Amino acid sequence: MARALLEVRGVVKRFGGFRALNGVSFGVREGERFGLIGPNGSGKTTLINCVSGALRNDAGTILFRGRDLGPLPAYRRTRLGIARSFQIPRPFASMTVAANLCIPLEYAAHARSRGADVAAEAREILRLIGLEAKADVRTGGLTQIEMRKLELARAMAAKPSLLISDEAMAGLSSGEVDEILDLLRRLNGQGITVIMIEHIMRAVMSFSERIVVLDAGEKIAEGTPGEIAGNKDVERAYLGE
Amino acid sequence: MRGRTLLGVAVAVVIGGYLTTRFVSHGYFYFASYVILQYIMLATAWNILGGYTGYVNFGSAAFFAVGAYTSIVLIKAFKAYFIFLALAGGLASALLGLGIGYLTLRLRGVFFSIATLALAVVLQTAVINWGYVGGARGIYILRARSVPFFSSYTEFLFFMMVVFAVLSVAAAWWIENSWVGRGLAAIRDNEEAAECMGVPTLKLKLFATTVSGFFMGLAGAPFPYYVTYVEPSSAFNLDYAVNSLAMPMIGGTTSWAGPVVGAILLGAAQQIATVTISSAWNLLIVGVVLVAFVILAPEGLVGLALRLARKRGA
Repeated sequence: MARALLEVRGVVKRFGGFRALNGVSFGVREGERFGLIGPNGSGKTTLINCVSGALRNDAGTILFRGRDLGPLPAYRRTRLGIARSFQIPRPFASMTVAANLCIPLEYAAHARSRGADVAAEAREILRLIGLEAKADVRTGGLTQIEMRKLELARAMAAKPSLLISDEAMAGLSSGEVDEILDLLRRLNGQGITVIMIEHIMRAVMSFSERIVVLDAGEKIAEGTPGEIAGNKDVERAYLGE
Repeated sequence: MRGRTLLGVAVAVVIGGYLTTRFVSHGYFYFASYVILQYIMLATAWNILGGYTGYVNFGSAAFFAVGAYTSIVLIKAFKAYFIFLALAGGLASALLGLGIGYLTLRLRGVFFSIATLALAVVLQTAVINWGYVGGARGIYILRARSVPFFSSYTEFLFFMMVVFAVLSVAAAWWIENSWVGRGLAAIRDNEEAAECMGVPTLKLKLFATTVSGFFMGLAGAPFPYYVTYVEPSSAFNLDYAVNSLAMPMIGGTTSWAGPVVGAILLGAAQQIATVTISSAWNLLIVGVVLVAFVILAPEGLVGLALRLARKRGA
């Protein structure tokens, strides 16, 4: 078994008296396609916020390549190689699409080597993702799928070793879902570990090698898509008794 | 190349400023120009935090007054040279910016603005009760009788303000065109996304509050010599807070040229109104023009000009 790239150990997150995460533990291996699913409000995004540094977990540890992420602010985690896309796209609205990518290129990918040709690299990523025609457009002129692609492109521009895709496909048509899936597979083919959070079962089941299921802040199942599909607890969490 | 051209313009402005003092002796010209230069500095400094980073500062008057009162203390205690006063005024205000930044930048949006407003009130109250710098009565400052290379102290002050204004605009230009400015723009557009894209948001925001504070203090430091009588209500005047916000909004907040254009136009309009109508009309003019711009041209004059140019080009 390959060593764990990301290790989540007993992570707890409280919001006032509400426990959004109640001692969640799992590991993600290097190069893996990993699915994180669960009903609405089960704590998926909260967990991702704890991993990316947007929130601080109250207990437990999160290790990345064996290093404790606890004391690191979000921008340092990104520079270490953890990038994420946001569920609701958060573009830099005053900039063009290409300039949006220059921010992570300049601040994360080349944080220690200023003067790299980030503009050319931004074009290259946009070509890869199929957004090159929109490079000089402000983000306000993008369609929904283009906006999702921009979110992923911007995460890619940080040159991550771990990419967390937070519901990148919600609200997209079936053909568009396939487009995004294909893109994530290609990234994974380049050696990037991918954590996919998704409600579209078809997508997450076909994409993931391993899946963890959260319900009400606790891990209720872990296994291959086949095992998860046949799991009684998972069925109960989604459909009730 | 563009950088070199602008450097040439900056040097030309400074030389032009000096030559002006050789050929113009009209007292009111220096009075009016000083005010406008002061506003160019305040507007430019405000814009580094407000326009580039998206944090609206309502307390510009406090930073300005800290510069002014720092120089009063140094004049009283050490009879310090002008250049030391100016630097110390800038540094004191920069420190205030850093401190306020550290305490309040976890506050977002309107809460940050309210905190800066409160800062101005607190500092003004402190100065009113500080006898050493004149308290509520105010204090008289005597100018040096003569300055080398200049025929009067007013002309010397005018020239120094030209130099300081050029410096502050140059700093704004550098920030805008460097990786720092791109990071600040990312913070303005979406702070959380910026942080997740590797931008050290806290450090950059502290940089912005410090630099912004420095130039506001630098604008305020020569003030005691300019007016020769300083009282808290003049140094903490509401005009400074309103103008340093209104001028960039009217000129345009996304480029260094915006605050300069806004300060020149609005500053000149206020001077003309003061002379021809009455000084009470000043703020009314600002208010009306600001409302008009926020509704009709939210990207300011510079943004409007760029948009028209693009339309013509297309």
